[in-house]
Amino acid sequence: WESFLPSQVLVQPVQLICLYAPAYHLILEGILILWIIRLLFSKTYKLQERSDLTPKEKEELIEEWQPEPLVPPVPKDHPALNYNVVSGPPTHIITVNGKECINFASFNFLGLLDNEKVKVTMIAFLIRKQVNYLRFLHFFSQIDVHLELEERLAKFMRTEEAIIYSYGFATIASAIPAYSKRGDIVFVDEAACFAIQKGLQASRSNIKLFKHNDMADLERLLKEQETEDQKNPRKARVTRRFIVVEGLYMNTGDVCPLPELIKLKYKYKVRIFLEESLSFGVLGEHGRGITEHFGINIDDIDLISANMENSLASIGGFCCGRSFIIDHQRLSGQGYCFSASLPPLLAAAAIEALNIMEDNPDIFQTLRAKCERIHELLQGISGLKVVGESFSPALHLQLEESCGSRENDVKLLKRVVDYCMNSGIALTQARYLEKEEKCLPPPSIRVVVTVEQTEQELDKAASLLKEAAQSVLN
Amino acid sequence: MLVAVLTYVGYGVLTLFGYLRDFMRQWKIEKCQNATEREEQKDFVPLYQDFENFYNRNLYMRIRDSWNRPICSVPGAKVDMMERVSHDYNWTFTYTGRVIKDIINMGSYNYLGFAQKAGTCQEAAAKVLSQYGAGVCSTRQEMGNLDKHEELEKLVARFLGVESAMAYGMGFATNSMNIPALVGKGCLILSDELNHASLVLGARLSGATIRIFKHNNMQSLEKLLKDAIVHGQPRTRRPWKKILILVEGIYSMEGSIVRLPEVIALKKKYKSYLYLDEAHSIGALGPSGRGVVEYFGLSPEDVDVMMGTFTKSFGAAGGYIGGKKELIDYLRTYSHSAVYATSLSPPVVEQIITSMKCIMGEDGTNVGKARVQQLAENTRYFRRRLKEMGFIIYGNEDSPVVPLMLYMPAKIGAFGREMLKRNIGVVVVGFPATPIIESRARFCLSAAHTKEMLDTALKEINEVGDLLQLKYSRHRLVPLLDRPFDETTYEETED
Repeated sequence: WESFLPSQVLVQPVQLICLYAPAYHLILEGILILWIIRLLFSKTYKLQERSDLTPKEKEELIEEWQPEPLVPPVPKDHPALNYNVVSGPPTHIITVNGKECINFASFNFLGLLDNEKVKVTMIAFLIRKQVNYLRFLHFFSQIDVHLELEERLAKFMRTEEAIIYSYGFATIASAIPAYSKRGDIVFVDEAACFAIQKGLQASRSNIKLFKHNDMADLERLLKEQETEDQKNPRKARVTRRFIVVEGLYMNTGDVCPLPELIKLKYKYKVRIFLEESLSFGVLGEHGRGITEHFGINIDDIDLISANMENSLASIGGFCCGRSFIIDHQRLSGQGYCFSASLPPLLAAAAIEALNIMEDNPDIFQTLRAKCERIHELLQGISGLKVVGESFSPALHLQLEESCGSRENDVKLLKRVVDYCMNSGIALTQARYLEKEEKCLPPPSIRVVVTVEQTEQELDKAASLLKEAAQSVLN
Repeated sequence: MLVAVLTYVGYGVLTLFGYLRDFMRQWKIEKCQNATEREEQKDFVPLYQDFENFYNRNLYMRIRDSWNRPICSVPGAKVDMMERVSHDYNWTFTYTGRVIKDIINMGSYNYLGFAQKAGTCQEAAAKVLSQYGAGVCSTRQEMGNLDKHEELEKLVARFLGVESAMAYGMGFATNSMNIPALVGKGCLILSDELNHASLVLGARLSGATIRIFKHNNMQSLEKLLKDAIVHGQPRTRRPWKKILILVEGIYSMEGSIVRLPEVIALKKKYKSYLYLDEAHSIGALGPSGRGVVEYFGLSPEDVDVMMGTFTKSFGAAGGYIGGKKELIDYLRTYSHSAVYATSLSPPVVEQIITSMKCIMGEDGTNVGKARVQQLAENTRYFRRRLKEMGFIIYGNEDSPVVPLMLYMPAKIGAFGREMLKRNIGVVVVGFPATPIIESRARFCLSAAHTKEMLDTALKEINEVGDLLQLKYSRHRLVPLLDRPFDETTYEETED
């Protein structure tokens, strides 16, 4: 058994390999082995940063570092610092800073804030149950009132399902990130409100802004996207596309051209999300919003989101649409899953408000007539121009000519507002976060029309604004 | 160890079955139960990717009846639930019309028991309702600042012991709209691993750099702070503008309390700012219910931003931020919520004012103090008894949030259903709110729970624990005998 000595066991296979393996193979292996040996014996280089500073130097750096103050100081006369204090409810006659005025500043379009029937229902509800709900959604907080409100809203809007949020701002800001994720594309109007902007920021998708209400610009962007897609069809098949628009824009008071949007939707295969905070309960024959106004099939819109804080004079918001779309938010809408639900009291108030809306469909006509009246009356004020559609209940009055800087414009408008407040009409300037808005609208005075205002009051407001503009601006 | 393996096996089996059923559904062998896309839009890019919904369809659907149970009474210590059955394995539910009465409620965040038909709270709320109505219809900076809001803010500032406070309409939104106002690009946020979704969203929306430190681990936090100051911003090496540490008072999924003295020491040493989210701890900790700062005996001036919600202990809705006057002035001007979102509803404000006065003792009774003490007693009793029985409980001894570990996916559904059969309502949590192998049942104690209710609940939990083999703990506490405390009475035995 000498033939099985270890050296022979080793030598034989090696000999075989040398004989049968091709030459380049051997050379390659040889190079590899030499390189490994080199790596093993070479010095390792540490990354620069770690070995540079001694502990003493680190201590010094920590000593020296001075952070900025947590918040910069706010000048005492900053326009947004001193709020108007409203004593009592913000109804038709409102007491602002101690003075009684007619309210032209709260979004109480249908006058339901002060409605006796709503209050009676709420008090009855309070006696039956208590103010609060108290739980974080998922566990013991869907009370029967919520279910009823969701059903009623779905039935009113003629969609399959609706979902309730406890805060109006959070509604659209949670709905958008639930569907649109990183890598998806969203086409949004420049004048979109801040809540939409925050929703888009949270979704981390690609945002493409198109000029306000400019369908040609939108089509151009969609065409560009189409050519991009053709370069990379595999990616295009999984990138979702959305258009986000508002029914009645808060910042400019005009409507979006929905019929053209629907055509673009089917042509370029994009989904539409509609934000109807101002147009719900205002537009359309029965107050169903812009889809009723234009006579469009509601199933053509993928998601309608609105808040209940304007026409319904309650708190919270809702999204409605087909079950396929809405049900997804129950598990992935952040403002729904991680937050407490709407207090049942406010849900009951919303249901009663809905009842009133359904029973009196002629209030929408009345509201529209008043809007048109004030729109007419406010034309021709020297120095101020009216921005908004004639049937929009939330108008803006902007300076015809700016005086150079935004600050001065704001001061000038403040004087106009103060003049009106001193004479009994409560108005407010439209507030924005100047540094955070994507497309900051020019400073303006907000004029809100409600059903409760009588014709004399409308006339009074218009004449007062003319006077104010005369005295302040000229 | 064995439990971990079995849990993974459980999930593996469920996943396999999930794939099998998806396959069957695709080939139309099994009927597809969920809603589908419109015919006209079939050629659009699909809205949901198949895999996202895999968990939803296959795992969540099986035990969906444990969640979203509708109730029809006030969620106080006892609650009435609407009975519902499912004939097609939880795809749809039908209500039988019957009501299950008097379920002991161990799932609602009702720490001080204010969620009930209390006398004074209700009368005050009714009065305010008839005067003010439900909504406000305007933002805080425009026409929505009512005198009631100013009253509330002064009261909150007094309650917390800070200079000034500001109230917002929604707890979640308080975080997600104010953190971006405080920090921005060029700032650093150090956030705890297990922070709530609202803090994470606020941090992301702010645009600052976020670094995560291990849960309640002070060495990890210190290391991050040192590295941050010494090395500055990544790539440019410029010094950071500000460093903000985000922590919570009580973490709702773990039941642990933050190590506040150590965090404050670190914060002072490294000159950073502290943002404390007391959503669960306000009202629940501390000898007079003032929160985690009082619990540790510290001064509220050490915490730069004290944030909390009115949802849990006050039986209302909304959130607040308290701090120095400059901070609150700044937030009044620049907070997103003040400019764009509606303010709190007046009856809710009234509820908060009444319950806060009650806790502070300003309404002339001792009810508030009694409730805070009752809650502390309930907490300690409940936790001790569960430990004695042999369950694994997470969290600090004094925290009223008690997570009981279940681990296996099948036990999640079983636990929920068994407890409901015995008239106890509990909350079970699984993936994605917790790590995948650490699913748990979470009990929330309340001052409204009497000792009898707790004893009943404990008895039932014991039974179910035996039935489902949930007593994983290998440390057994020998029950305390009614004798004066003696070192030899109490020993930990290894099984």
